[in-house]
Amino acid sequence: MQPLVDLFPFILFSGWSGMLIASALGVILARNPVHSVLFLVLCFVISAAIWLLLHAEFLAVALVLVYVGAVMVLLLFVVMMLDINAERMREGLTRYAPFGVLVGLLLAAQLASVWWLRGSDAELLAQPQTPYFSEGNTRALGELLYTEHLYAFEIAGYILLLAIVGAITLTLRRRQGLRVQQVSEQVAARAKDRVRLVKMPAERDE
Amino acid sequence: MIGLPHLLTLSAVLFAIAVCGIFINRRSVILLLMCVELLLLAVNFNFVAFAWFLGDLAGQVFVFFILTVAAAEAAIGLAILVVLFRNRISVNVDEFQLLKG
Repeated sequence: MQPLVDLFPFILFSGWSGMLIASALGVILARNPVHSVLFLVLCFVISAAIWLLLHAEFLAVALVLVYVGAVMVLLLFVVMMLDINAERMREGLTRYAPFGVLVGLLLAAQLASVWWLRGSDAELLAQPQTPYFSEGNTRALGELLYTEHLYAFEIAGYILLLAIVGAITLTLRRRQGLRVQQVSEQVAARAKDRVRLVKMPAERDE
Repeated sequence: MIGLPHLLTLSAVLFAIAVCGIFINRRSVILLLMCVELLLLAVNFNFVAFAWFLGDLAGQVFVFFILTVAAAEAAIGLAILVVLFRNRISVNVDEFQLLKG
């Protein structure tokens, strides 16, 4: 049954591709924004599964952990917090839908035709290079990341730091009338401002 | 076997769906953000596919950086969205025309 074993990844890929496209359509067509976010989560999980087939194991796990675990949860949190009026959002749907579909079809045809029309590179890229790393995807990626792409890696860290600072600065709200600790006043306090020594004659019990 | 044409076509279809979504949901900022995430996912598919077929891990490194920048973009975008909603009680693109002059 060797042919069936060879065919198995392709069967998985076909099924997952169909689910991916269906859930992508769900993202853009769902009436409720919360449903859209949940379809987007499904998209990312299916993509991670397909990336596993393409020998990108580390990226697949990172996509689930970082994207689904952090970014999508943040998105879902914001969507639920904002209480969006879904009906009012849908007013312009029909007016621009034909134009959008037309642009989408044109774009898909162009992008796909780039491959189908250029047969000259077909032999060059006919076979996947497997395995193109000997000691595991994560290790190979890490070795590349910490040697060749070290500067880019550090810049990525700075970008994340910038995102943290930016997000906090944007959403920080200073409310009036809050009783908060004034550290500078506490440090600047002197003993003579707080304690008053009063001289008085000693009293005697009768 | 999974061939490069299959992957590129899948990526192109995903990209086109996301562009469609930008046109269809052009009212809501939050759906626009989601469509941008889908666009980035489609681009990442191309990188992963070519990394596999060319036998070059640089494509996967690039996807790693794209994920980083996309996470930063989502965080900043959502922060701006929350601030806008706090000031306007709406996420409708049509109402954000302060800079129109």
